[in-house]
Amino acid sequence: MVLALMMALVQAVAGLAGATWRRGELLALVPRAVAGHAIFLAIAAATLVHAFLSNDFSVVYVANNSNSALPAFYRVAALWGAHEGSLLLWILVLCGWTVAVALRAHRLPPLFAARVLGVLGTISVGFLLFTLLTSNPFLRQPAPLDGADLNPLLQDVAMAMHPPILYTGYVGFSVAFAFACATMLEGRTDQQWARWMRPWTILSWAFLSCGIALGSWWAYYELGWGGYWFWDAVENSSFMPWLMGTALVHSLAATDKRGLFKSWTLLLAIAAFSLSLLGTFLVRSGVLVSVHSFAADPQRGVFILTFLSLMIGGALALYVWRSPSLASNAGFEFLSRESYLLFNNILLVVACAVVLGGTLAPLISEMLGLGELSVGKPYFGPSFMTPMVPAMALLGLGIHAPWRRGPSRLSRAAAWRALALALLFAVAIAYGCYQSAHVMTYVGVTLAAWIVVSSLIEPVTRLRQRQRLTAASWGMTVAHLGLACFVLGVSLVEMETVERDVALSPGQSATIAGYEFRYVNGVPIQGPNYDGFQGDVAVSRSGRLIAQLKPEKRDYWVRSQVMTEAGISSGLHRDLFVALGEDVGNGAWSVRLQYRPLIRLIWLGALIMALGGVTTLFDRRYREAAAPAASRAPSPVAEGSAP
Amino acid sequence: MTPRQRRMSLVAAIVLGVAVAGALALRAFQDNVMFYFDPTRVANGEVKPGQKFRLGGMVVVGSVQRTPGTLEVNFRVTDFNHETPVRYTGVLPNLFKENAGMVADGRLDAHGVFVADEVLAKHDEKYMPPAMKKSLEAGKAAAAAGS
Repeated sequence: MVLALMMALVQAVAGLAGATWRRGELLALVPRAVAGHAIFLAIAAATLVHAFLSNDFSVVYVANNSNSALPAFYRVAALWGAHEGSLLLWILVLCGWTVAVALRAHRLPPLFAARVLGVLGTISVGFLLFTLLTSNPFLRQPAPLDGADLNPLLQDVAMAMHPPILYTGYVGFSVAFAFACATMLEGRTDQQWARWMRPWTILSWAFLSCGIALGSWWAYYELGWGGYWFWDAVENSSFMPWLMGTALVHSLAATDKRGLFKSWTLLLAIAAFSLSLLGTFLVRSGVLVSVHSFAADPQRGVFILTFLSLMIGGALALYVWRSPSLASNAGFEFLSRESYLLFNNILLVVACAVVLGGTLAPLISEMLGLGELSVGKPYFGPSFMTPMVPAMALLGLGIHAPWRRGPSRLSRAAAWRALALALLFAVAIAYGCYQSAHVMTYVGVTLAAWIVVSSLIEPVTRLRQRQRLTAASWGMTVAHLGLACFVLGVSLVEMETVERDVALSPGQSATIAGYEFRYVNGVPIQGPNYDGFQGDVAVSRSGRLIAQLKPEKRDYWVRSQVMTEAGISSGLHRDLFVALGEDVGNGAWSVRLQYRPLIRLIWLGALIMALGGVTTLFDRRYREAAAPAASRAPSPVAEGSAP
Repeated sequence: MTPRQRRMSLVAAIVLGVAVAGALALRAFQDNVMFYFDPTRVANGEVKPGQKFRLGGMVVVGSVQRTPGTLEVNFRVTDFNHETPVRYTGVLPNLFKENAGMVADGRLDAHGVFVADEVLAKHDEKYMPPAMKKSLEAGKAAAAAGS
């Protein structure tokens, strides 16, 4: 098994070598190296999956994260349930992207493609080395009788799917990074690379959006607290690449269309990937949990840190060396599309910096001996909103601005009308439906309505004139509507949630936001690998029964870990949430009750955004470039005609 | 305006925007960062009255007392050197146990009781905040030296 990994390592090195020296025979080796790399990695992963399925507890990793009582589905998912396996997953996903790039490589100039694959190979080598040296999932031991079980928090369908999808997005930025490096290595001064890079970036961005949404959804129903985002460092480390990726997607548009911001776009590609690496470092080195555990296991931390600085330092050096030649000669005027995209970029980067600062501050403060501090929602909330609110306000104007020169295609009167319409909607929703007294609800809902109205102006006019819309503009509209949906959800959940902790005996009830929660009774239950207690809570509104919720408290045997399974009645317009606390005596239980309006829109919005991103991939401009590839695919005879 | 002037004003606007955002973030940071204290530092009176802070330590065995039928819980937290009494009203997280680590946000009341607004839920039972580990070790060492 280790041999398989070693072979993959050798193959990756060969790929890199082929890209560096312009030798024909080495270049020819690259696709084969990629194939070998992929096959050996697949074997390694399959072996580990087999070890999990056959309960081979002589493998340390399996023993620590699985158990013979664990259902088979979770035994497979346990593959990425902890440190070593999730690194293997990282590499596997990277390999998947590499294969995808290799398969589409015939559309790129051969030298450029070889360089891209070479950079991807380098990253893979780094991570393979890391896995083999410090966190090998295949280490053996004398087999114990049974495994330590997968953390019960992770025994869940959403959580089983969350890491692969998140990593696909996360790691996907390595492709953008590889394209950026290849561009700089080659010293290209045109803007062709931006078009090549765009679909890859958008696809990984879409995956990342879905992955984050899944994780947030899981946290909501599984952690038993009803929160969907905690601004905790692990979450932030996936959110920062997303912000950078969003900025990158937008600045790529300007580079692709107008050849502007070339060096800025390259820098963003580097930054997005660096933040992915930094995230991996933060999560995987243990530095977050404790500066001391970092010292306790210095190998891991030091390795990632070295790798991180080599990759990022190398890329930045390359950037400094090459960027002067990338100066753009195209000008643009103040209120053009370009300047709006620039604003979008700056605001997103500021938002990202704010999150980064908050995430690293406890670490830095402790290292400098300034005392231990904690940075939480009171900091992240307002300081993240500050750049994001103007960004969203400008969005509505920006999408109507033409390239190169102002003024807007949208007449001033039309803009005012749109704003008035948005305000009307906002008041109707915030006051009409929720009688809200919070300013931020109005701000949030107005922004959401503003984005919806302004995004729809153009498609509606075009469709009315019976013009066709390109997939790209459909995608953009859909993604922006997704954002609006998300903003609407967040504003209402943040401002209009009602939450109460109460103690209820059987037969007693409590009322929040007009919903009456009556605790009927509770019974002990037994699951496949846990004991538990299940409550029965009847929810009614104005005397009419709405839902019968069954929140549970579970005690997992192997880890003797207590878990809360919340009872949730979900609907598009509101969620009702009941979580059991504990037995407080006399048959009464402490119970947390929550009413959260429109919380589903948060995840739905993220999915719609991702959907919008994927839609743009079907645009003709990418298909045109792909046309030779598509026509060639069925007939391998034409292979020689590759440009 | 010439295009050059226009571009310069754009750059100036951006710099201004970034500066404002930075200043706001810094302000939010100063207002909203919580410092971590252990029972020894609380006993030494290092906490300003009314200051919101984060308290961490081990829950003393046998100290958890509930007021039956309500959500009020009283317990003591120790760093093996000093103890701080804590009062909390609400649902405790799953990982809250006697003789286990705990972190809570709140303020001291007039009687020196730490009134917790929130007792933190952690993703992992092995998790212990770095600061807590360190102060527990220091507390143990001090207690050993004192006895």
